[in-house]
Amino acid sequence: MTCLPGHTEKKLGLAIDLDTCVGCHACVTACKGWNDQGYGAPLSDQDAYGADPSGVFLNRVHSYQVQPAQGAAQIINFPRSCLHCEDAPCVTVCPTGASYKRVEDGIVLVNESDCIGCGLCAWACPYGAREMDADAGVMKKCTLCVDRIYNENLPEEDREPACVRTCPTGARHFGDFADPESTVSKLAAKRGGFDLMPDMGTKPTNKYLPPRPKDKRTEASLLAPLLDIEAKGFAGWLDRVLGKI
Amino acid sequence: MHPAPSVIIFSVLSGLGFGFMTFMALAFLPLTGLWAFWAWGIGYALAVGGLIAATAHLGNPQRALKAFSQWRSSWLSREGWAAVLALFAMAPIALGDWLGFGVPFAWRGLAAGLAVATVICTAMIYTQIKAVPRWHHWLTPVMFVVFSLAGGALLAMQAGPAFVLLLVLAVVMLVQNYVGDGQFARAGATMSAATGLQGEVSVFEQPHTGGNYLLREMIFVVGRKHARKLRIIAVLCAAVVPALMAALGGVGLMLAAVVVHLVGAFAARWLFFAEAEHVVGLYYGKR
Repeated sequence: MTCLPGHTEKKLGLAIDLDTCVGCHACVTACKGWNDQGYGAPLSDQDAYGADPSGVFLNRVHSYQVQPAQGAAQIINFPRSCLHCEDAPCVTVCPTGASYKRVEDGIVLVNESDCIGCGLCAWACPYGAREMDADAGVMKKCTLCVDRIYNENLPEEDREPACVRTCPTGARHFGDFADPESTVSKLAAKRGGFDLMPDMGTKPTNKYLPPRPKDKRTEASLLAPLLDIEAKGFAGWLDRVLGKI
Repeated sequence: MHPAPSVIIFSVLSGLGFGFMTFMALAFLPLTGLWAFWAWGIGYALAVGGLIAATAHLGNPQRALKAFSQWRSSWLSREGWAAVLALFAMAPIALGDWLGFGVPFAWRGLAAGLAVATVICTAMIYTQIKAVPRWHHWLTPVMFVVFSLAGGALLAMQAGPAFVLLLVLAVVMLVQNYVGDGQFARAGATMSAATGLQGEVSVFEQPHTGGNYLLREMIFVVGRKHARKLRIIAVLCAAVVPALMAALGGVGLMLAAVVVHLVGAFAARWLFFAEAEHVVGLYYGKR
């Protein structure tokens, strides 16, 4: 049923740290790699080695230049994937019931055998989290690696989404936002985790942790202590003589 | 938004078909015998042909019947139901007109109501989408219904109603263009809101060098160059010129007016998609 559950027991999601992300795209690759095998239709590519390559990815890393009111511009790397919204508009628009939000953990999934590939869910999502697979004709989206997180065949440390597991800087955190004591809840509370486009009324589960304010140096230049060179000895004598000529 | 031909053909033809059937159901036309057969045939061909065109847009059309299951939450599902119910409700009226038996006026009213409801459901598929601020406005269903009824009146050779409805359509189109232009800004959709970043945000590097589904489907920017000219053509052809032709009257002129109206309707519907900006474009620094 594509009506949203009134309440989910858990709210599994990601806390994404925009301060720590270095924009290496490892999460993009890990996600693509994991979702090419196992759960659902593999993420296909078209013309992969040709002139106009295109493919489905469930995670994309943008890079923005942010110019604050004062000081130098900053580069912020910005991973974008499904936010597993509480009020997910992609679920309610689905005519077939293929798109659904799980009552037990709040993960938004697509039942591919029911998906007719109308694309309306992708239109409804403000975040561009859904991409149609041109090969299978069904909608693909982040599953929060539902086939990893509960998978008892994997070692315990691997039971988290591929993007989280692979991140070399620890910029992605996985956990239950319904539990105030979870790492992600604490991180979001401590760092001021925010929602993307809250005006869209989607109530995203995933939280983004803002870039930390940069240190402000008092010197004009990092080289300032070195620049204040006073010539001594022979050089000092030469400096004085040359200055007088 | 990508103006997919299948969806444009669907919404224009089905809208016209259901509008035409609304006027026939309400007995505006004194239809009997073969005339009734052909008139209703055209109505059904437009409505059903449009619906079939829409399935060309699907990735897996063989499962289209599943789309009837989620009427409680989905406007697309409701539209499917409304269309099927309207087409079934029209059937006894069509047969009655053709074979010469009477159908109670209450039933005729019900069928007409269902036809209008179908057009409203079609419009709501677009109106409900908050992520496309231009569509997310009550003017969208008004435009779809007026389009359907104006075209229907024209096809039903109802010069008086057609003249009035086409003038209303012209006003609705102009107002919608004007209101729509400000919708994106009114929704507070900016790169700062999309990314939550403080300060002046601009794209430093795109996340991928190739194209993707989002860029093709939601961030359609081709052809906007001629948008202003097309808007004028759309309003003139869809509404103003056919209104004048309807005012002059005559079967030949009315039929020609239908063709002119259709040209305008296709232009207007193309613009409806091409000019609609999805907020996901903000992540790419595009609109």
